[in-house]
Amino acid sequence: MSYLRLWWVHLRVGVMNELQYRVNFFVQLFNSLLSLGVGLAGWAIVFTYTETLGGWGRAELLAVMGIHILMGGLINTFIDPNMIRLMQEVRLGTLDYALVKPKDAQVLVSVRQTDFWQMVDVLIGLSVLMVALLQLKSQLGLWQTLAFGVALLLGGLMIYSVFLMLATWSFWFVRVGNILQIFRGIYEAGRWPVDIYPDWLRFGLTFLAPVAFAVTVPAQALTGRLTPLTLGGAALLAIGLLSLSRWFWNFGLRHYTGASA
Amino acid sequence: MKGMLDFYITQFKIELSSHFQYRFALLIRIIVLVIEPVIYLVVWTTVAEAHGGIVGGYTRGEFAAYYIAWMLVRQMTVSLGPSDVEDLIRSGELSAMLLRPVNPFHIFLASGPSAKVFTFLWLMPILAILVIVFRPTLSPALWEIATFAAALVMAYILRFVLLWAMQMAAFWITRASALTGMYFAAEFLLSGRLLPISMLPLWAQQIGNVLPFRWSFGFPLDVLLGRLTPLEVGLGFLIQVAWLLVGAFLIKVLWRAGLRRYSAVGG
Repeated sequence: MSYLRLWWVHLRVGVMNELQYRVNFFVQLFNSLLSLGVGLAGWAIVFTYTETLGGWGRAELLAVMGIHILMGGLINTFIDPNMIRLMQEVRLGTLDYALVKPKDAQVLVSVRQTDFWQMVDVLIGLSVLMVALLQLKSQLGLWQTLAFGVALLLGGLMIYSVFLMLATWSFWFVRVGNILQIFRGIYEAGRWPVDIYPDWLRFGLTFLAPVAFAVTVPAQALTGRLTPLTLGGAALLAIGLLSLSRWFWNFGLRHYTGASA
Repeated sequence: MKGMLDFYITQFKIELSSHFQYRFALLIRIIVLVIEPVIYLVVWTTVAEAHGGIVGGYTRGEFAAYYIAWMLVRQMTVSLGPSDVEDLIRSGELSAMLLRPVNPFHIFLASGPSAKVFTFLWLMPILAILVIVFRPTLSPALWEIATFAAALVMAYILRFVLLWAMQMAAFWITRASALTGMYFAAEFLLSGRLLPISMLPLWAQQIGNVLPFRWSFGFPLDVLLGRLTPLEVGLGFLIQVAWLLVGAFLIKVLWRAGLRRYSAVGG
């Protein structure tokens, strides 16, 4: 409970901090709309040549794109800024200040930074998703909506775990600043449902960088493709990745000597 | 003139040795580079397979050829980042560069060739692997390979010059990267990066022919894949030169005006 409060306090401070820089909102809005435009154009062009892609229809793929933007916004708001700060502080040695605080260090480094304006993407993603759902004219049941929410949460947790593990590398290799770029590159693949990719790539997208679970599985939930088996598998993998990243973080922490030491 | 050549050669040596330091960064670059075209390739292959193996005039193998050559062209034409010049101007780093007897434009342009040689060295084995995995259909004539190389060099210089000219807006406005963002977005759709230009709707192709994006990316690809008649190739080179002249002119004018303003700000 006290950890929830910790997160809430950091969130409030972070948001208040960002509210000072209002022009950044417009910059973010501009960038987001630009990439939305590019994404929609690509989507439209593909569908001038075909009616379905790997069994997914036009509106269904629009839903996938909406979830992709939505999840991307969540990552950029909550996960990415924290991990960048963590890696910076390992390099500078200022991580010590976080470690001496009487709270769990992993929780602390995961909630300190919020890039509030990136929430623009969450809103845009939601809007795209709404339009897609309207086009699908599907009746969303309570269970479907619930499954969607759960899948999204599980996907987010998996992505957080992978980010934490990537950032933990900085305990050994100080210059890994652009390691997160790998993730961004791979994440782009999630714009399309992962079932179209060849096996080796799908494996990577499922287990190494769980884009499949973060984007495709929630989309499956909304389009009636999700089997309980997949959702169960997602839950298991989420727990597995969370524990693994927790272990790896603690392992890395033992190797951290601080820059001043 | 000889001094300038010496400068380019020295800069080449310095940069080349510095590239070998960062092996990890290179690995990341490779992964990021390979993933993007593989995504497009997979999407179009899926579409092609659902339509009897051909879509928009491209077979599965031709798509593979396009997107594998894409990697080479992308790596060879990539130059300035979205805010390189902007950072230089805003941070004041430019002041130190101005003390040197060479225009910063040349410092940046001269750092290109060594990066390209280095890139070429590591890119070849990767392209070889991708050729085995995706089995492209490609049989260019000798003259096509030669013109491809020429078009590629021109594309690199053209893109660099245009980006440099545009980013000089940072002398006047603080958020010049918004401008570059728009450039990249338009380039993404109209240059042949997302898909071959001939697959765009006709009106978009016509717009794309007039704008510089195609000529700084997709043109060499179309040459290599034998999609253009000799006449079209010649015309393409002419348009490249024309845009290059436009860029050079802009740089000349903006640089002079911008510097006057820059010194005024720096006091």
